[in-house]
Amino acid sequence: MIYSKEVMKHFKSPKNLGEIKKPDGVGTVGNPRCGDVMKLYIQVGVRENLGKKEEYVKDIKFQTLGCGAAIACSSMTTELVKGKSLSEALKISNKKITAALGELPPAKYHCSILSEEAIKAAIKDYLNKKNAKN
Amino acid sequence: MKKIYLDYAATTPLDPEVIKVMNLGMKKYFGNPSSVHSFGQEARKVLEDGRKTVAFYLDCESDEVIFTSGGSESDNLAICGLIEALPKAGHLPHIITSEFEHHAVLDTVRELVKNGQAEATFIKPTGSGLITPESIKMAVKKNTVLVSIIYVNNEIGTVQPIREIGKLIEVENKKRSKDQKIYFHTDAVQAAEFFELGVRYLHVDLLTFTAHKIYGPKGTGVLFVKRGTPIRRQIIGGAQEFRKRAGTENVIGVLGLSRALGRIIEEKADKRSGRQNKLLSELSETKETCRLRTLRDHLIDEILKIIPKSRLNGDRFRRSPANANISFENAEGESILLNLDLLGIAASSGSACTSGSLLPSHVLLSIGLPPEIAHGSIRFTLGRQTTVADIDYLIEVLPKIVSKVRKMSPFNED
Repeated sequence: MIYSKEVMKHFKSPKNLGEIKKPDGVGTVGNPRCGDVMKLYIQVGVRENLGKKEEYVKDIKFQTLGCGAAIACSSMTTELVKGKSLSEALKISNKKITAALGELPPAKYHCSILSEEAIKAAIKDYLNKKNAKN
Repeated sequence: MKKIYLDYAATTPLDPEVIKVMNLGMKKYFGNPSSVHSFGQEARKVLEDGRKTVAFYLDCESDEVIFTSGGSESDNLAICGLIEALPKAGHLPHIITSEFEHHAVLDTVRELVKNGQAEATFIKPTGSGLITPESIKMAVKKNTVLVSIIYVNNEIGTVQPIREIGKLIEVENKKRSKDQKIYFHTDAVQAAEFFELGVRYLHVDLLTFTAHKIYGPKGTGVLFVKRGTPIRRQIIGGAQEFRKRAGTENVIGVLGLSRALGRIIEEKADKRSGRQNKLLSELSETKETCRLRTLRDHLIDEILKIIPKSRLNGDRFRRSPANANISFENAEGESILLNLDLLGIAASSGSACTSGSLLPSHVLLSIGLPPEIAHGSIRFTLGRQTTVADIDYLIEVLPKIVSKVRKMSPFNED
């Protein structure tokens, strides 16, 4: 097997697979022509943190057309950001995703980059919609 | 878990008889064939007996058989060797090849073009993966010196009309002076077991094949070089292989190749009663060929019937009896492969993800598949150990896998 145990674990039983019917934000990245498309759905909640109100990723789901690494990266990304404040979630990097998966073959690094882009796109989509309302 | 190997085009397992003769040979024939003493001469005999077996199979002379390290080296030697050996003319030599060659041919030709040693025309195959003799004829130029066309495509298994192309080139050569001759090379690596490899029948000057696709060992290949064909050796050193390939010969590899080929010759020979030393597979198809074709047809028919939005790549009939290459829309190839592997089934894919590049298979793109479909392609190649039960198991699990992978996709229509 070309992948680490952790990658295969997420490939076999992906976390947070599916879609959110009425999402607050959606991020779609990649291109079927390149073989990988990731779509992340987020639901944003508000909670108290040290007396301040903060927005956080209350729920997250993904759908991915792609290779084993693309699916594992998507799954791991949802795990990493679920429950995190939006500002923390925006700090996620492809390196963190890769590290959490143990390792990725070098040819698959772009999958972790795609995941980073997907979560950022979903949060940006949420913020854009919010700003449009205000 | 039962393991099912459906990747015979990648490599074949060793025939038990090959293992046996190689094991015995390794102890016995360690001498250097170039040595004058008995140790060397015993090894020399093994090598030359192997050469005779290959010559018989190729219907050529022994001194036209060059042993190499495998298919890639043979392709490199054929192409670079010829171009470098030709007398320098005032213009660049022209090579005709196809867009869907194996990389050992394609990238070698590209390298020559890049280095300013040749110019090239890359013929686009038809949508069903065939190279027409007419398309070769149209591409011939005054400075054409080499045509190189793959016999059986390694990914989609389509069979090219090598004999027709060979004859066409011969006709063209009759109109030319000897120093303007066009040489014809075919990479027959995937054809060696099932199709006619007689070089006179095929009208080729150069032909590549390798042991590890016909149940022989890795690291042993052959280049047929017709007498009078100029070849500059690519590995420089001693005088081995008629000064066309230096290096102490892989005696045990040749022993294995020879035995592997012997098995195929025996099987083909069973069918050719009354024919003198001719192994025309068009006249006499072996039992194994028939068996594999039946299994392959069963696989293709069932999969296309059961799995929606699936298509067969490559001509339905002009293809290797062992090859089924199928695309599944909205499902990525590597994901399918991993899921198959988890169930013990080994296949291969035309997706970018297995090659380490972002581009899907150049073969699938050359026959006009859109990249998004090419990414979802799986190649199943059958062989001696493939059984009906194996194929039935694949037919049972593959639809579930494809449906599972599709459900994960954002383009899921359910």
